[in-house]
Amino acid sequence: MSLLDMTAVELAAAIKAGKTTAVEATKEVLAQIEAKEQLYHCYVTLDKEAALAQAEAVQAKIEAGELTGPLAGVPVAIKDNMCTEGMLTTCSSKILGNFVPTFSAEAVLNLQKAGAIILGKTNMDEFAMGSTTETSAYGETKNPWNPEHVPGGSSGGSAAAVAAEECFYALGSDTGGSIRQPASFCGVVGMKPTYGTVSRYGLIAYGSSLDQIGPLAKDVTDCATILEVIASHDTKDSTSVERQDTDFTKALVEDVKGMRIGIPNDYFGEGLDEEVKSAVLQAAKVLGEKGAIIEYFDLSLVDYAIPTYYTIAAAEASSNLERFDGIKYGYRTEDYAGLHNMYKKSRSEGFGEEVKRRIMLGSFVLSSGYYDAYYLKALRVKALIKKAFDEAFAKYDVILGPVAPTTAPKLGESLADPIQMYLGDIYTIAVNLAGLPGISLPCGKDSKGLPIGLQLIGDCFQEKKLIQTAYTYEKARGEFPMAAKEVC
Amino acid sequence: MAKEYETVIGLEVHVELATKTKIFCGCSTAFGAAPNTQTCPVCTGMPGSLPVLNKQVLEYAIAVGLATNCDITRYSKFDRKNYFYPDNPQNYQISQLYLPICRNGGVEIETEDGGKKVVGIHEIHMEEDAGKLIHDEWEDCSLVDYNRSGVPLIEIVSEPDMRSAEEVIAYLEKLRLIIQYLGASDCKLQEGSMRADVNLSVREVGAAEFGTRTEMKNLNSFKAIARAIEGERERQIDLIEAGKVVVQETRRWDDAKGESYPMRSKEDAQDYRYFPDPDLVPIVVSDEMLEKIKANQPEFRTEKMARYKEEYDIPDYDIDIITNSKHMADLFEATVAICNQPKKVSNWLMGETMRLMKEKEVDVEDLHFSPENLAKLIALVDSKAINSSVAKEVFEVMFEEDVDPEKYVEEKGLKTVNDEGALRKTIEEVIANNPQSVEDYRNGKEKAIGFLVGQTMKAMKGKADPGMINQILKELL
Repeated sequence: MSLLDMTAVELAAAIKAGKTTAVEATKEVLAQIEAKEQLYHCYVTLDKEAALAQAEAVQAKIEAGELTGPLAGVPVAIKDNMCTEGMLTTCSSKILGNFVPTFSAEAVLNLQKAGAIILGKTNMDEFAMGSTTETSAYGETKNPWNPEHVPGGSSGGSAAAVAAEECFYALGSDTGGSIRQPASFCGVVGMKPTYGTVSRYGLIAYGSSLDQIGPLAKDVTDCATILEVIASHDTKDSTSVERQDTDFTKALVEDVKGMRIGIPNDYFGEGLDEEVKSAVLQAAKVLGEKGAIIEYFDLSLVDYAIPTYYTIAAAEASSNLERFDGIKYGYRTEDYAGLHNMYKKSRSEGFGEEVKRRIMLGSFVLSSGYYDAYYLKALRVKALIKKAFDEAFAKYDVILGPVAPTTAPKLGESLADPIQMYLGDIYTIAVNLAGLPGISLPCGKDSKGLPIGLQLIGDCFQEKKLIQTAYTYEKARGEFPMAAKEVC
Repeated sequence: MAKEYETVIGLEVHVELATKTKIFCGCSTAFGAAPNTQTCPVCTGMPGSLPVLNKQVLEYAIAVGLATNCDITRYSKFDRKNYFYPDNPQNYQISQLYLPICRNGGVEIETEDGGKKVVGIHEIHMEEDAGKLIHDEWEDCSLVDYNRSGVPLIEIVSEPDMRSAEEVIAYLEKLRLIIQYLGASDCKLQEGSMRADVNLSVREVGAAEFGTRTEMKNLNSFKAIARAIEGERERQIDLIEAGKVVVQETRRWDDAKGESYPMRSKEDAQDYRYFPDPDLVPIVVSDEMLEKIKANQPEFRTEKMARYKEEYDIPDYDIDIITNSKHMADLFEATVAICNQPKKVSNWLMGETMRLMKEKEVDVEDLHFSPENLAKLIALVDSKAINSSVAKEVFEVMFEEDVDPEKYVEEKGLKTVNDEGALRKTIEEVIANNPQSVEDYRNGKEKAIGFLVGQTMKAMKGKADPGMINQILKELL
């Protein structure tokens, strides 16, 4: 077995056992990047020398017995909206084209403490706004299963890098589905934890009340392991939650007997691709056969999730992105006449179309006279959506459904019609609005050979139920090799 | 007959809180450091940084609210006020609009006619200060210092309950005293740790509706506030009398010129797009927290005055002056604690201290001689080591530089000469040299002895005990 085909946990075990080294693994993955990056463009920033230097340092610590964790020595890719000290962090935007942070995100620090080797920063939709990774100012990432298709987004670079084996695992961020949807399109496992589980300190905010960092990995075991490492109570993040139950790997148990799984009828209506539908329902059947109790129910309010999400996320984004003004860091226009002209030109030139669209949308819904009608109303609907989930979780342990209505669309198809692109988030965004954990894992392929994702949603702080259900399904499903092994 | 007008005034008072660290990060709030040395990713608005509330800010805000009879909002939130300006690193200020921490309070003031009146407090909210812009005209550029960015402020918004400059000053002095007693701020107008914006309108006496108001900024002293109120009142009355309308606008007061200028009108008022800051969790004030703050409220002025009356044998007038400044009261109590002579301490504060404050234009909050040194000075006088005029001389130096009076007296050789032989010899010389005065005294002119004492003191360069001179003089004559 090639080193590259190993999962993160397998690789760490092999390094620990002295069968290979962090340096060897890093060299292999750098060679893979060298070979594949031109095709897929997963990264915006790579620092090969720094990666090798880290690998040597980590290897020495592993040999000295100082690093014994389940991820020690494993190379990782970080989404480019997480600050990395001394390494360019652009959010795939021109406006941060020259931005080198002075500190690292808490999640990144947690990984480094566990012996991770940072390879570089992955491409994304600009400021995480988009569902295809096509809004990046640095070019689109291509889906390793078929380079004519998008990898999904906004964590498309991270998902594609895992699928193309250009890293062993990656971090992404999920505001409305930005981990789960690209995981689904790229045939990898992605998880968005309960809001507050992973510190947002150092994550460049898009929609602060919705943003969560999470793992993109080759399987459920890796996913649980990574989440266990990055989850922490951080006093630098006021929204960080102190949890005692972050020993997620304990839930890697093959057992769903008596697990109550609800399938929302609302998730299987108009717009859902037939192939996706049957793959997802087949997965439900598998879980039923393993002893889970499967029931259909009406979740309600599903149609309101999209307008609610785009109101709240855009409002927060319009304010969060105000700091990018050309004064302190980042892009500043060449010629300007006075302060306000400098702001206007720097921001007009520095931000891309989709970002500008959402800033305008957000500024509008917050403006005086519209605040009550849009923003406040959206907050009320958000509370109702949470209530609908609360009612569902009174009956079910896990909610099961598709991740996205279709498999990965072709490049260029989505941007022409932003509304259509927004509608693609219908199954993922309610999870963010309610602060819930959700996991996406492969459950088949369509007739074009593109992966289909299964989404499992849990109640707040019930990641373990998700992990246990996902793990059980994964075992029953059997191997689902990465794109790198299958097609590229 | 000319119409009579009434002035209607409400105040927005910003107070910089005396916390050691900033409102949302651990940076120091110390004044006067080199530019941008007290900054971090949070208070410079770096991407990815997040604010965390300094609990002391909340406690101070609640303490001020309780002391001004406000309702404390048990579920409060921070909101973002969005506007672009380079002194504001995030381009939004974290403030409170929808659910401010305190509401519906008021303080009692004395009016000019000796009556009492309550000035209502609409709300008190917490917010962060901005950085400071320095315009370098030489280089034609602007520089930003973020040391002040994130320094905690409370804004106290009054109801439009004041009717004259005197009432405004009385209200401000009352607020200042309460806040100083709490230790929540030093409230120095000149240094900007207390800033007041004046909202003012005029209306005909008896009118039911308020007139159109203006907001006046840049008021750096009580005197400037009083002048600005007078100036703005006149300006508005002149407009109305001339058949013109008062425009709702923000004006900047130029105290040197005694005039104000429009800064921005209501028409170009910005839409701040306020919304709850999603980076900060709602503030829930628990019963325990509230009780703890209540229990820790200090002794305020009224209670202190009563206690002084009880404990110290000093005149009511002294008590009034001393307790009118927390700093002065602290100085008094600390000195008394050392020397246990309240009357003498009070005399120093009432007499020389007040005189020098006036002469040297020093604010009471800036008094910086230590209780230890004042106690030492009193002891020096008590032991007759120095006489009272030397003591005044020494005190003046203490007032300026807080010198140790014992060391100072020693170094400068100011100690009273207690060598009776030397004194007697000097007096004999004085008697010999002033036969006329001696003659006068012997002829019953008691006053003449004063001249002889003075001459002796002069010859002794002031370092003699006047009582002793008197005694020897009488003996020799």
